[in-house]
Amino acid sequence: MSSDPILSLLFLVNSEEKTVTVRPADTLLYILRVRLGLTGSKPGCLNGDCGACTVLVDGTPMKSCLMLAVEGEGKQITTIEGLVNTPIQKAFIEKFAFQCGYCTSGFLMNCHALVNIEPNASDEKIKDWLESNICRCTGYKEIEEAVKSVLNTAEGKH
Amino acid sequence: MIKGVIKLGYIGKSVIRKDAFEKVTGEAKYTNDYQEMGTLHAKMMISPLAHANIVSMDFSEAWKIPGVKAILGNEPYPLVGEEIKDRSPIAYKRVRYHGEPVAVVVAETPMIAKRGVDAIKVSYEPLPVVNSPRDGLQKDAPLIHENLESYEKQEGVYPNPNTNIANLNKIRKGNIEKGFMESDVVAEFSVSFHPSDHAAMETRGTIAEIRPDGTIIFTASTQAPFAIKKIMKWYFGIEPGKVIVNTPFVGGAYGGKASVQLEIIAYLASKAVGGKPVKLVNTREEDIITSSVHIGLDATVKLGATKDGMLKFAEIQFLFDGGAYSDKAVDISRAGAVDCTGPYQIDNIWCNSFCIYTNHPYAGAYRGYSHSEVLFAFERTMDVLAEKLSMDPLELRYKNAIRPGNTTPTQVLLNSSKVGNLHQCIKRLKVLMNWDEGQIIAMDDRKIRAKGACCVWKTSTFDTDASSGVILTFNSDGSINLMSGVVEIGTGTKTVLAQILAERMKMDINNIHVKMLVDTQTTPEHWKTVGSRGTFMAGRAVLKAADDAIRQLKDRAACILRVPVKDLEVGYGKVYFVDSPQINVDIKDLAYGYKFPNGHTIGGQIIASGTYTLTRLTYLDPETGKGNPGPEWTVAAQGIEVELDTRDYTYKILKAYSVIDIGKVVNEKAALGQVMGAMSMGIAFGGREEFVFDEFGRVLNPQLRTYRPLRYGEHPEYIIDFVETPHLAAPYGARGVGEHGLLGMPAALGNCLSAALGVQLNHLPLIPEQIWRMSGGGKNAAV
Repeated sequence: MSSDPILSLLFLVNSEEKTVTVRPADTLLYILRVRLGLTGSKPGCLNGDCGACTVLVDGTPMKSCLMLAVEGEGKQITTIEGLVNTPIQKAFIEKFAFQCGYCTSGFLMNCHALVNIEPNASDEKIKDWLESNICRCTGYKEIEEAVKSVLNTAEGKH
Repeated sequence: MIKGVIKLGYIGKSVIRKDAFEKVTGEAKYTNDYQEMGTLHAKMMISPLAHANIVSMDFSEAWKIPGVKAILGNEPYPLVGEEIKDRSPIAYKRVRYHGEPVAVVVAETPMIAKRGVDAIKVSYEPLPVVNSPRDGLQKDAPLIHENLESYEKQEGVYPNPNTNIANLNKIRKGNIEKGFMESDVVAEFSVSFHPSDHAAMETRGTIAEIRPDGTIIFTASTQAPFAIKKIMKWYFGIEPGKVIVNTPFVGGAYGGKASVQLEIIAYLASKAVGGKPVKLVNTREEDIITSSVHIGLDATVKLGATKDGMLKFAEIQFLFDGGAYSDKAVDISRAGAVDCTGPYQIDNIWCNSFCIYTNHPYAGAYRGYSHSEVLFAFERTMDVLAEKLSMDPLELRYKNAIRPGNTTPTQVLLNSSKVGNLHQCIKRLKVLMNWDEGQIIAMDDRKIRAKGACCVWKTSTFDTDASSGVILTFNSDGSINLMSGVVEIGTGTKTVLAQILAERMKMDINNIHVKMLVDTQTTPEHWKTVGSRGTFMAGRAVLKAADDAIRQLKDRAACILRVPVKDLEVGYGKVYFVDSPQINVDIKDLAYGYKFPNGHTIGGQIIASGTYTLTRLTYLDPETGKGNPGPEWTVAAQGIEVELDTRDYTYKILKAYSVIDIGKVVNEKAALGQVMGAMSMGIAFGGREEFVFDEFGRVLNPQLRTYRPLRYGEHPEYIIDFVETPHLAAPYGARGVGEHGLLGMPAALGNCLSAALGVQLNHLPLIPEQIWRMSGGGKNAAV
C-alpha cells in the first residue's frame, strides 16, 4: 500500500488564512477539527444524514463531512467559531433552543445562513432548510421560535 | 436596607442555562473534542452475523500495515455484564448479535486503524437465530447462553439455566382468581415491537489510558462516570481509587450512555499498548447496533372490570427482548414489573416479567426505563376494555385513577407526597383536548381527525443506597463554585441546582459558577445521571451544602460582629444582624478568612459540602415483588390528535398533549423543553422508529437515513400543562420529569389511530404500511 500524498493548501477559515497539510481523502470536517482544532463542528453520522457538521462555504450551508478538504481551497469557510454575537445565537439562548448542545453548531450555521439568504422565509421554506439537521433533545418548537424571532417575518419582532 | 438590592426568587423562573454561551459558540467540549498528541486510535471490527461460531481469525495482513500498534481479539477476556457476567468485551469464538465487536485494531491514526480492520480475515460458521423473545421461549429454540448457570451474577437476578430466560420478576398482589370472579367484563390484548435506538447525536466514545502508577484515566461520554469505577472493580478487581473518569458535556444520552461498554474495550486496548491513551469512538452505524439499544417487548395484558368500569384484576406477561447479553435489560424488566400496570388502583395483580435472550443487539436503559413500553401494552388494553364496556376511555381512567391511600403493584402505600394528583391531570387534559366534542371528527370522505389519550406514571428503581453529593467552594469575591456529580447530558439540571443554591443563599445567581465537567477524583459522587432524579437528589445535596456554608459563614461572622450565631442571617452577599442589618460583614471578606487591619486572620477558604441518599428503599421480594422501589411517582395524562387519511393510512400528528404533576416547576422553559423533547422522542418511537430485522437477525437500517428520528417540521403543536402537588422530600417539592413526556406517546398514538380506524392496533411503530396490514390490508395480495 503506497502512502498518501500530502498536499499543502491555503484555506480561509473564519476570515483567517490557514495553511494546512491534508491528504486528498480528508474531509473538510476532519481538517477543521483535527488540523485546525475547530471542534465546534461535530461529527454525527459522516454521511450527511444529521447536519451536526454544517459549516458555511462562501455563505452557503454545507455538511462538512460530505466535502473533501481540497474542495474548500480558496473558499470562505465559516464555522461556528466564526459566529460572534449574532442574533440567531442570542435567540437560541433566549428560546432554550438547545439542550445537549451537540447539534447546536450545525443548526446555528444553517439558521444563520437561512436568515441571511432568505430573510423573509415562509414556514415551508424554513422546513426545507432545517429538515436537513437532526435535534434529538428538543421538540423543535424552541428552534422554530428562535429562527422565527430573527426572520423579518417574525411575529412581534422588535 | 439590604433586601431588594438583588432581584431574588429564582424558583419557577426560566433562568438562562449556565451552559448557554459555551453551547452556542461551539466552545462546549465533548469527549471526541479532546485530542492530545500521542493518542492512539482504536477501531472495532464488528460481526456481520447475528449468531455464529468464529471458526478462525487471521490478523497477519493487518499486522503488516505500518502504524498498527495492537490487535485485540481471539482471546478469552474476563466476562462482563452489569447484572450477569455473560458478555466477552470482545467476542471470543462466538458472536451473538449483528454488530458485536469481534476484534479491535489500535493504530497511530483512525485511518490506519480502519485499514487494519479491513485487513483482518474472519471465518464464521452461522448458527440458527432467535429472532424474537417469543421464539426464544420455544422448546427447540437455539440456546444463546449454554453456560448461564455458571455466570457470576448480582443479587436479585433470576435467570433460568438451559433456557433463554435471563431473568424473571414476579408481581403477586391480592388474589387474581378473586378479581376474576368479581369481574363482569374481561379484555385481553397482546402487543409487540422490536428493539430500536436512542440515536443521541453524539455517538458514544471514550479515551482510556493507564498511568505509570497503574491509575486508569478515562474521558468518557457517559451518564455513569462513578459507576465505571465500581464496574472496574467488579470486572477487573481494580480498586476504585485507581480509576478516574472525566466526563465533559455529553451530547445526548437518553439512557443509552448509562451502559458501560466502550470504556472496557478502550481500557483493554490501552493495556495492549503499554498504557498509552487510546481513543475509541463509535461510528453512527456502530452506535446504533454495537452499543446498547432500546429494548423490544412482546406483552399480553388481561384486565377485568365490573360493568360500571371498576378494575378488578390485571394479569400481565412481559417478554422483554433483552438481546444477546443481559447488561441492563434484566433490571429494565424488573422496573417493568414494578410499574406493570398503568396508574390505577387495582387490588389483584399478577405479573410475570421475563427478560429473554435473543440474537438482537443488547438492550440498555432508554428514557423511561421500560415504562413507555409497558404503558403501551397496558394503556392500549385499557382502551380495548373501555370499548367492551362501552365507556369513554378517559372516564374509565378517571374512575380508577391512583390516589393517596391506594397501593402500587409492589404494595407501596401512597400518600399525596409519594404520588401526584392524576385526577386533576385527567380533568385538565379533557379540557385542553376539548375531549367532549368526541374522539373522531370526519373532515371529508377521506380524512378524519381523531384523538386518543392515556395515563402514565413512573418511579425510578435505583440502587437502595444511591446517593448524590455537592461541594461548594467560595471565591474571594464571594462567589461560589458549585460541584456536583450530575452529568450535563442536556437536561439543564446543573442550572436548576444553581437556582436552588441562589434561592437558599439569597444571592445573585450570576455569582454561582457551575462546574460542568465531572472528574470523579474531585467531583463528589452522583450515583448515575438517570431516571429523572438529578434535581431531587443533587438538589437535596445542594440544600445541605448550602446549610453547611451558611453555618460556617455565621460562625465566622459571629466572631467578627460580636453577635450570636442565632441572630445572624445570610443573604444579599452579606452576613447581617437580623435586628440591625446595618451591622453586617460582606461574604467576600469572610470567604477566604477574615483579615483584621492588624493582620490577624480568622479561618481560611470556606468549603461546604452535602450529600443525600435515597431513603428507606428496599429490595423486592422474589416471590411477590413486594417492596419500596422508589421515592415517588410522577403521574400524567397525555393525548394525541391526528389527521388521518383513511384511504392510504398516512397521518399527520396535529397536537400532542401532556398534563404532568411536576410537583413544582423550578425552571419553566427548561421543564417545558424536557417535556417537549421527550414527547418528540415518544412520538418517534410510537410512530416510526424500529430496527428492521431480516430472517437472520441482522439489522437492516443502522443509519439515520433509514432509521429516522423526527425532523424539523414533523413536530406537532405541543400543548403542555403542569399540576403542582409537592413531593415533600424534594427541593421545593419538584418531582422527576425528564422522562415522563415520552411515556404515554406510543399508547396515545395507538389509542388515537385505533379509535379512528375501528381496529385495535397492536404493533409499533405505527407507520402507514403497518396500520394498513393491521387493518387487514395485504392479506390476499402477493406482496
